[in-house]
This record gives sequence, structure tokens and C-alpha cells, in this order.
Amino acid sequence: MTNLSRRQLMQLAGAGLLVGNGLNISAAHAEGGTVTIAYNVNLPSWDPTTGLSAVNPTIQSIYRSVFDQFVGQKPTLEFQPGLLTEWGWSDDKKQVFMTVRDGVTWHDGSPFSAADVVWSLERAGKMDGGNPIAFIWSKIGNFKVDGNKITADVLSFEPTLFKWMAFLTGYVMPKAYFEKAGAEGFEAKPIGTGPYMVDQFERNAFVRLKANPNYWGGKPAFETVVYKFVPDATSRVAEIESGSSDVTVDVPFEEFDRLKSKDGLAGVATPISDIGMIFLNNIEVMNDKNVRMAAAMSIDKKAIVDKLLKGYATPIDTLEAPQYAAFDASITVPFDPAKAAELLKASGFSPENPAKFKIQTTRGLKPKDYEMVQAIVGMWRKVGLEAEIEVYEIAKHYELRAGDTLAPAAFYNWGNAIGDPTTSTGFAMFGPSPHSVWNTDDLDGMIGPLWGEADEAKRIAGWKAVDKHIADNAYVIPLIQYQQPIVYKSSIKVTPNIAGSPEPFQMSPA
Amino acid sequence: MSASQILSRLISAIVTLLGVMVVVFVLVRVVPGDPIAMMIAPGASEADVAALRAYYGLDLPIYQQFIVWFSQALQGNFGTSISLKQNVLTIILERLPATLELAALALAMAVIWGTFIALVSTAWRGTYVEKLIDNFNGVMLAVPDFIWGLTFVLLLGVVLPLLPISGRSDPTIDAGLSTQFYLIEGLLRGKFAFVWDVFKHMLLPAMTMSFPLAAVIGRVLKNTMMDVMVQDYIILARIKGLSNLRILLQEALRNAAVPALALTGVQFTFLIGGTVITERIFSYPGIGNLAIDAVINRDLPLIQGLVLTFGAIFIVVNMLVDAMTAWLNPRLRHA
Repeated sequence: MTNLSRRQLMQLAGAGLLVGNGLNISAAHAEGGTVTIAYNVNLPSWDPTTGLSAVNPTIQSIYRSVFDQFVGQKPTLEFQPGLLTEWGWSDDKKQVFMTVRDGVTWHDGSPFSAADVVWSLERAGKMDGGNPIAFIWSKIGNFKVDGNKITADVLSFEPTLFKWMAFLTGYVMPKAYFEKAGAEGFEAKPIGTGPYMVDQFERNAFVRLKANPNYWGGKPAFETVVYKFVPDATSRVAEIESGSSDVTVDVPFEEFDRLKSKDGLAGVATPISDIGMIFLNNIEVMNDKNVRMAAAMSIDKKAIVDKLLKGYATPIDTLEAPQYAAFDASITVPFDPAKAAELLKASGFSPENPAKFKIQTTRGLKPKDYEMVQAIVGMWRKVGLEAEIEVYEIAKHYELRAGDTLAPAAFYNWGNAIGDPTTSTGFAMFGPSPHSVWNTDDLDGMIGPLWGEADEAKRIAGWKAVDKHIADNAYVIPLIQYQQPIVYKSSIKVTPNIAGSPEPFQMSPA
Repeated sequence: MSASQILSRLISAIVTLLGVMVVVFVLVRVVPGDPIAMMIAPGASEADVAALRAYYGLDLPIYQQFIVWFSQALQGNFGTSISLKQNVLTIILERLPATLELAALALAMAVIWGTFIALVSTAWRGTYVEKLIDNFNGVMLAVPDFIWGLTFVLLLGVVLPLLPISGRSDPTIDAGLSTQFYLIEGLLRGKFAFVWDVFKHMLLPAMTMSFPLAAVIGRVLKNTMMDVMVQDYIILARIKGLSNLRILLQEALRNAAVPALALTGVQFTFLIGGTVITERIFSYPGIGNLAIDAVINRDLPLIQGLVLTFGAIFIVVNMLVDAMTAWLNPRLRHA
């Protein structure tokens, strides 16, 4: 029964269509010196030296926009002067010296000085101060300042000290401002010496930065930088495709290929200091060297890279990526399924009577993590290894790893933005480290002396020997070095950063 | 409602909240994932780990942890967020307005759409229009809200870039507001351009949340109206010569609204829960988005505070709905 006239229907529809009227908006284009970045993580805190966020490598690009590090780092991982222009050890390695950059000011206009550097290092080194890397910073003390020169006593020799000055928590904080404002005041209105100043921060939504006109490294190319926090990958694709953002990172590789071929967009995928690996725990069948070797030799890493990751990764055979200080191209683990089957046969295993174990993995934390493990399990099955896949959250991985209760095999990704072997092979494989699950005396005996080795050449050679020993015994299965896909508007020039995400200071109009 | 009924409801609400507190406190400690394990520095010793655990009070037995947390919570102190390093209550109060405004807009849209659907299908009952609307309603119900969200992002954000797809406002606009109630404060202070911008940012997530609710409201309201339309007083109204539109709006809708109102109230609590996924898709800075980060980071104090907030909202909304239903329905009012 049609009782309403068309006119009456239109009157009713008026209310329903209320939301549909007048929405012809303009897209939030970045123009006039503004670059908008759809970023993949939130920024939980503005203090880059304490708490969880301080050790999140992905957040560092935001921190580096506002704060300066003691030592700078080029996008290629090479070190360069930062707020320190010179640094080094005394000949007997009992003292360090540092020269502080002149003519630098904080964002509030106050002068930066050596006192800020000393205060930052002392604060960072307090074991109860909340700095997760305090174990590094606490190895120097008794600071003495003479103008812009600083010396300090080495309390315990740490060969990577200056490398850490360009890495996690290695930021110079404003002594006078922080002491006056307090932690909460600093959180509300943070200042640094970096290329950009915090203009507005809406937690979980965006941060707007304004160029620091007095930046010692030169005025940034863009007057305004907006980081939009868009944790969902699909939403990031929509952001760049709709023109709402100018740059985005970590989109799925399938979308990356599609987006970069579109008019007005460009893309680059660069190897970064993040690798995929399989932890082996020295329990159950993993105590059998033949099983471990077979597991390592039966994985066709090239096929995984080509077919699953569309070529956007690099196969690796040690925990050192090619850009790292201790990378040794001569250490290889061949893909040899026939040899793998032979080794398993020697231990009494075959496809009919496979060696059984569990492998744990995340799903969706890293690109194709679960799919990679699925492919590997398929490859293993052909030679006589039967692995049951258990999917867990990353928080569960940390808990199990800290308790040394990971499954015999566990997929994980490991970052190392300073490229030093201590922060890759060292912490991942040294038994007493809370991050290692492989505990054998032979390996710990090789690694132990390297922590305090003062001769750099000898130290790096020592780590290469450790990597060779690990490969020869398959104590871990390195898989790939990741590449980070970056999509951006063609009107912008973006410099990829091996240490992690691209930094706005390294962006400019094309 | 009498004073004794109100008192009874309040006592019931307090008991429910206490139950929520206990359950959430135990649950977040039983599920896998240790927040301390996520914070361990590369070179940390066992003593360092133990010190960190003690710093966050996680070295105590669970019942002791609960006593400490409960006694502090009674004083309004829900602890400090592990990941955000701020007072939990401060963080939640900062984000809650965004979610409340979004949920309110979604509710308003759902009521408008649901009522519209019910009116049209009642007016054209027995025709292809009713079948068309029923089918459309079925689709709205069957498709999960996150699929609607992604569809809207694609259609109205990318293919036809009509609306913003992330955030709560344009980052380049300085609103200069003193509260987080952007819509309300913006309207009160006459910042209409900013309000319009906020409204546009809220439209897609609000539509996403409103679709399934609109379908439910539409279906219930239509069924009730169908019953009402054959009542004597409707026939009398027709004899009196009232127009169909007037009969629908003034006679049928008014009498059919009570059951739909009760249902809307219950569904509103689910709608608040639905903000978790929707806010994530649209990068909307409310407590739903915050909850996901809190879970990922195993931020126990923040998870506890958020679940308690959701629980409190559910209780308050249910109490309000009960009160409104009783007020509208004389039989309940005098029961």
C-alpha cells in the first residue's frame, strides 16, 4: 500500500539525508611548505630517554626531528658529528673526551652548553632513572667540563659507547628547562635542539612540528611537518592514495607496487637495519646438530624473498646485515635439501619418520611473517622435519624469551640501527643475555671476552669468528634483511634511512 | 522510579563495578604477555629485571597487587600508565570526550536512519519498497562494522575523496579550546568552521558505527509500527481525515517508540564497545584506539582503567535507559 506522496517521501528523506549534504570538501593536501606523513606508530611519550617508547626504533624518526643526538648518523648508518663535534678515548682507554658544538640554542632560545651534555649522560646512567639503556651510560662518570670540552672517567670499558650515542636514548636533553618544568611539564611542552619544534601534539592523532629557524644544521626544507598516527596499514594506503598525506611507510608490498606506479606517486624500498630470523632454543631435538643444520639448509630463502616478499628483502646467513660492521660475505649457509635429508638420516629421521618440534611466530606483526613460517614448514616437511606452528602475540614472545622458554624454534625480527655486532649477534646469542635462548658454553666462551675488547679490529674479527661458529653449528637461522617500503608524492624528495624510517629533515620539495 | 528503586539500582551498579574490577584485574594478569619482558634492556641482568618488576609493583602476589590498586582506585588514583608514563585517569579523561561525541553522533545517525527506514517501509508495506528496504536492512545487519568502515574509506575517502579518513580534526587548524569536547565547546564558543571540520572527521566513523544499529532500530520500530497501524485509534484517525504522514508521525511513531527506545539504549552500550575497531580504522583518538595500544603494550594499569571506564559507561547508560523507559511507559512508572 503506497500511502505517501512523493513529496511527503522527500520530506522524510530530508532528515535521513542530512548527513549527506554539503560535504564537498577539499582534501587535506600538504601545500605551502607542509609535509604530512601518515606514520605507522603512535608517539606515547616525548621523553626519548625513558620508558618503552625510548627503545622503539620506529619512533626515533620523530624524536630525531625534535631532539639531537650526542653523535649524528647519516641515512647510510655512518656516524657524523651531532651535538658532539669530536669524541674518543684516551690511549689507555681510561678516559673519554668530547667536544660540544658551539652556537646551538634550545627551542626556547636558551643556549645549549656542555652542562646539558653532562647532565643528560648522568641522568641516563642512573640505574633507577628509567633509562632502558642505563647499563651503557653508567659505564662513564666523574665528568669534568672545561668550556666546550668534556672529559670523563671510564668506569667500565664499553667499546660501543659512542655508537650508542647515535642510537636508542642517546639524546641530549635540556638541563635547566627539564629541571624547571619537571617530567610532566616537559611532556606537555617538550623542547630540544633539533630541526623541528613541537607546535601541537594530540595524542594518538597527530603531532605538528614547525621548522627551527636557528637549527645549527641549516633551516629545514619544509616549514611544517605533520605526523598523522595511522597504525592500520590499509588506512595508510588510503591516506596516500586519497592525497590526504604526502608520505607513508610500511604499506603491504602488493600495495607498494600498485601505488608507486600511479601518477603523482613514487616509491622506494630500501634495506633497513631489521632482520627476520628463527631463534633456536637448545632443547628437545634442537640439541641435535644434524637437525639444526638440516633446518637451516632446507630453507630456500631466495624463493621466500622472490615469491612471498616480491623481492623486497635480502637473504642473509648471519645476524649481520651487509651494512653492519662485522658483516662477512664469506660466511654462508647453502640451500641444500639433499644434504639436509642426509644429515637427518644420520640422526634417524626421514620424511616418514620426521623430527618433530614446535615453531612459534607472530602473525601480521611483520610483513608475511606467518606466511614465511608456513613456507618454511613446508620446506622442512620435504626433508624430514615436522614443525607444528603456534601463533602468539609479540608480548608473549618477549615473556617467553625473557624466561628462556621459547619453543625449539621461534620466528622473530631483530633491529640493529648502529650496526655493531654486540647489538645483533651479541645480545641475541650470548647465553646470559635476557634476549638469548641459546645457552652453550662454547659460544658464551667465544663471546664473553669480546664485550670488553679494546682493540677494535680484533673485536670485529672476533665477532666474525663468532658468526662463523654460529653458522657452522646452526645455533640460529638468519633469514632475511627487511626492506622498508616508502610511498610519497612525486613532488617530494625523500631520502630513505637504513636506520629506520625516513626523517622529515631529509625530505625536500622535488 | 521511587527512592528505594534508585537506591537499589545504585547498590547494584556498585556491586557490578566491583565485579568488573576484580575480573579485569585477574584477567589481565592471567593472559599471556609480561609487560616487564617488553621493557628489558639488551644488557639487563636478572637483578635489573627484578628491580623493574618491583618498580611497577608486579613482584607482589596478585592479591596484594589488587589490594594496593583497589585502595588507590578508591581515592581516584588508577595508577600510572606503563607506556604513556602519565596518570591513567588523566589519560582516560583526555580521550573519553572524543569517544562520547563520536558515539553520540553515531547514535543520532542510527536513530534518524532507523526511524526513516521504519517509516518508509511501514508506509509502503506490502510493496516492493518494503522488500527492498528489508533486504537493505539485512545487508546492513549482516556486514560487520569494520567492513563498512573499510568500504567507506575506499568509496568516500579514496575513490570520491569527499571526507577525511583519519584523525579528529585537521592538524593545521588551531582550535584553542580548553576541553576535549570539540563539538560542544566549539559550538558554544561559536567556532563553527572548526566544528564543521570536526563533524566531517567524525562522519565516516559515525556512519560505520551507526549502520548496524540503524538496521536494528529500523527493524524493531517497523515491526512495532505494523502492529500499531491496525489499532482502532489509527483507523479513527483515518476516518477523521488525517494525512498519512501525520498518522505515521503523530500516532503510530509515538506509540511504537517505547520498545525501540529500550532497545536503542541496550545497543548503545554495544556501540561504545564497537568504537575499539572503528577508532583504529579511522585513527580516531578516543578510548577505543587507546585500548588497542594498551593491550599491545600490556599496559596493565591503563587496561584496568579503560575496562572500568567501559563498565561504568555501560552501567550509567543502562540506568538512564531504564529511567527513560519507565518515564515514557506509564505501566512501568506505576509498577
